Amino acid sequence: MFNAFRTIVHRDLLLAMRRRSDVLTTLFFFVIVVSLFPLGIGPELDTLRLIAPGVFWVAALLASMLALEKLFFVDYQDGALEQMLLAPQPLFVLVLGKVFAHWLVTGLPLVLLSPLLGLQYDLPGETIAVMMFTLLIGTPALGLIGSIGAALTLGIRGGGVLVSLLVLPLYIPVLIFGAGAVEAESSGLGGAGHLSMLGAILLLSILAAPLATAAALRISAE
Amino acid sequence: MLEVDNLQCTRGDRHLFSGVGFTLSEGELLHLYGHNGSGKTTLMRTICGLVAPTEGEVRWKGEPIRRQRDEFSAELLYLGHKNGLKDDLTGIENLLVACRMAGLALREEQAWEVLERMGLRGHEDLPARVLSQGQQKRVALARLLLSKAPLWILDEPFVGLDVAAVALLEKVIADHVATGGLVVLTTHQEVALTSGKVKKLRLGWKEDGRV
Repeated sequence: MFNAFRTIVHRDLLLAMRRRSDVLTTLFFFVIVVSLFPLGIGPELDTLRLIAPGVFWVAALLASMLALEKLFFVDYQDGALEQMLLAPQPLFVLVLGKVFAHWLVTGLPLVLLSPLLGLQYDLPGETIAVMMFTLLIGTPALGLIGSIGAALTLGIRGGGVLVSLLVLPLYIPVLIFGAGAVEAESSGLGGAGHLSMLGAILLLSILAAPLATAAALRISAE
Repeated sequence: MLEVDNLQCTRGDRHLFSGVGFTLSEGELLHLYGHNGSGKTTLMRTICGLVAPTEGEVRWKGEPIRRQRDEFSAELLYLGHKNGLKDDLTGIENLLVACRMAGLALREEQAWEVLERMGLRGHEDLPARVLSQGQQKRVALARLLLSKAPLWILDEPFVGLDVAAVALLEKVIADHVATGGLVVLTTHQEVALTSGKVKKLRLGWKEDGRV
């Protein structure tokens, strides 16, 4: 079972390495969206500091949304998905592997780049650290929740729009607790409560989302 | 071993087929034929468990496949219309991934050897996207040489292959049947087997050759 997980992670990372443009699109989207706000608002540091958590989190949400379309689509087109469905391993393990690899190439770079972007918003060091931490636990949850939508809309024309309608409402709790944690921490209230909730969402989605995604894939692949 | 009982499949409000039933035992090959659109591919996908039948069931060793999905999958090799190859991976990488996913431990030297036997010498480490249609098919079919699964379900395996590859594939299939394997395949050409038993099943109501 672990072998299958490793195989699929290895395969998807290799594919991402061979086709780097797909990976970079998501990252550049995030960088550009986040950078537009300081340019639009001007050098008012108080305002920028205030809106930073919200902007970072909304940008992360949209970037993760953008990347979702590709999650299962190529596998669906070239028949690799059929072989995944017929593999003798439980499908949710393979789904978990795919989402993990997907997060490594589209989520993690975004987390690593966020401190640099935080400088544009004149964020203090501690706030940047908290922000990174919330993104680190929040983005995998986004990928997991999003994978359900991606699986359900597989093979449907105009699936891209549908996936945002399906998935964005489900992202709201992650947005609230993710941005909330940063705000609470920077205003001195302490964000431990928000962080625990975010962690709980991540655990719940690790347990439930792959099963739901696996079921959705079986329906979509018919 | 494989029992298909009164299978019916409906797409929307259109019946593709109904009342399809057969049994297949060790050392037997089932040749599915019928006009285009008669539901051959759907029937195969139903037998694999990719499509849920509207009525009837498929049993493997007496158990419905729904209740033993992982066990059944381990004993099944399905090659569909789509090759399941990744464009950006080389033939070797594709074969390694496919076999590992199917639960076969495979060393890289073995993969090289098998692709050479499939007539891909010198093309093993090219990305699948630059290979020709027939070569891609050969990479996909290389799995047959390594598979330990008793049941093979092959959808149009001969399409796009040259004469030498057709002969090789016929031999591989014949060997599998001779060693007690089960094969279900669709093809528009005659299947000649030296040993084992060939069963035939026609889908659809139209005569061959008439529209």
